[in-house]
Amino acid sequence: MAAMTGPGGPGGTGDGDGGTGDGGTGDGGTGDGGTGPDRDPISALAPKADFPLLEREVHGRPIVYLDSAASSQHPRPVLDAMEDYYEKSHANVHRGVYALAEEADHRFETARRAVGRFVGAPDPEHEVIFTKNATEAINLVATSWGRANLEPGDAVLLTDMEHHANLVPWLMLAEERGLELRWIPVDDDFRLDLSELDRLLGGVKLVAATAMSNVLGTVTPFDEIAKAAHDAGAVVIADGAQAVPHLRTDVAALGCDFLAFSAHKMLGPTGIGVLWARRELLEAMPPFLGGGGMIRDVRHDGFSPNVLPWKFEAGTPPIAEAVGLHAAVGYLEGLGHDAIARHEEALTAYALDTLRARFGDELRIFGPRSVESRAGVISFAFRDVHPHDLAQVLDQAGVCVRAGHHCAKPLMRRLGVNATARASLYVYNGSDDVDALADAVAEAGTLFG
Amino acid sequence: MPGLEDLYREIILDHYRSPRNRGELPSPPAHRVEGFNPLCGDEVVVYLVVEGDTLVDIRIAGQGCSISQSSASLMSAAVKGKKIAEVRDLIRTFKAMMSIHEASLGDGEGESGPAGDGDTADVVAVDPDKLGELAALQGVVKFPVRIKCATLSWNALAQGLDEVAAGA
Repeated sequence: MAAMTGPGGPGGTGDGDGGTGDGGTGDGGTGDGGTGPDRDPISALAPKADFPLLEREVHGRPIVYLDSAASSQHPRPVLDAMEDYYEKSHANVHRGVYALAEEADHRFETARRAVGRFVGAPDPEHEVIFTKNATEAINLVATSWGRANLEPGDAVLLTDMEHHANLVPWLMLAEERGLELRWIPVDDDFRLDLSELDRLLGGVKLVAATAMSNVLGTVTPFDEIAKAAHDAGAVVIADGAQAVPHLRTDVAALGCDFLAFSAHKMLGPTGIGVLWARRELLEAMPPFLGGGGMIRDVRHDGFSPNVLPWKFEAGTPPIAEAVGLHAAVGYLEGLGHDAIARHEEALTAYALDTLRARFGDELRIFGPRSVESRAGVISFAFRDVHPHDLAQVLDQAGVCVRAGHHCAKPLMRRLGVNATARASLYVYNGSDDVDALADAVAEAGTLFG
Repeated sequence: MPGLEDLYREIILDHYRSPRNRGELPSPPAHRVEGFNPLCGDEVVVYLVVEGDTLVDIRIAGQGCSISQSSASLMSAAVKGKKIAEVRDLIRTFKAMMSIHEASLGDGEGESGPAGDGDTADVVAVDPDKLGELAALQGVVKFPVRIKCATLSWNALAQGLDEVAAGA
């Protein structure tokens, strides 16, 4: 059965070297004189042919999908695994004794173990909680661990580059409990400024920080923060929504006590996220949502919670989505963590070089200059063209980028802008996509003078 | 670029590049009202001076995309010096232009904004002559996500007039 969702991997389509449509950059620089940098083209790591959606057109142009930081697209093995589950094995989990229910159970729990292994969880059978998304995973921690452990006057340390998902739950708790919130600032190279970290950590009970910014692409020195936090006696939660899909993630190396991430940013389906946590923390925490599945016993006068991990999974969980996430993890492992890292670093360097070479000072990038400190999320402003107008023109060229505040309004204020345009790269992108982006930006420049 | 000429008409780009009635007015005596689009972070601030039944002055501040800013600029030019009743009529007509087309987009994908069926029922047809230069914004309705950009300042103006009326 595992074979159905196992690492089918890429390359099922035969052209294992990702040879879909690369070299097809033939019209590189539509009339722009080809002023791009002198770099070799980079093929997509995952064949575009594996991703049905990437075959479609928008506005009569081939789609150029550069919004994976918001949500990624799905390879055929993920879609097939979910369909296969629904066609062959669907039943509710943890309840039936019939064969079908056992199959569903098996596929759901097998997915849990695979997902846990993907992030180096030492005890995935107990430590991996399936949630709705990364946001719910963080809310689980804020509600359950937070209410049980944080008292009025306690301090929580956040960073200035958090997504609202890792801000608002703490703001809500701070309001409820009278907590003090502190902030690790962002320096002029868009990295975390840790110079005052020890002072900031004084008396802090919890540190909540992203491992990779969804706006700046900054890869934070999370292990360093976690070590200092632990030395100061604090518990540490990592927002891994951006990091887990792109960077080899190991909870021990990261040094976190909690790790939250979402399936739909790592080639998996929407509707499922993951909370990993150290088992002893989870054991001590009260339940989050109440309902079926999370109880051992219910009486008129109370209930006793189930054991881990089901204590935190009230109601019917996202079973097909877990199966899809399992397939996504298998697909990414088939590509290889190291190959993904190499590809994204090379493509990010290509993108930064291309944008700088073609637009110079007219295009401002909000993110670390060095590829070593960042990943393939590129926020930018072009002349004084509003990001929404820019995204609209890019859309007409088939180029999908995000424009807005990226659910990080405190960071936007720090950057002094209301919004940015953001292009984000993933395994199915190649340098042809970056060239298409640059061409479309040039067209926006023509339109808006 | 093909497909965008309906959205980015020359009049719109002109008002975006050279916004009319841009600035602030001392408040009070001017009435100040903010419009805010949490989706994109765009904001518009409208300053109104109402004397008797006339909107004698208006200024627009804030920041946003070409559609929200040009719409605000076009609006300010269209309503300045007009009777309040005429201004309200124009607001209705403009929003009808946005919502009639929004409704005709069908397939339930339109924004579930304030422009419900009830809103459009009482304005059967939009008279383009009444809208003048504002008709240039008609193309926005083909881009449903941008309708909220175009109506941002108009909603703020309507709110401002209501507040002035309530305070008077």
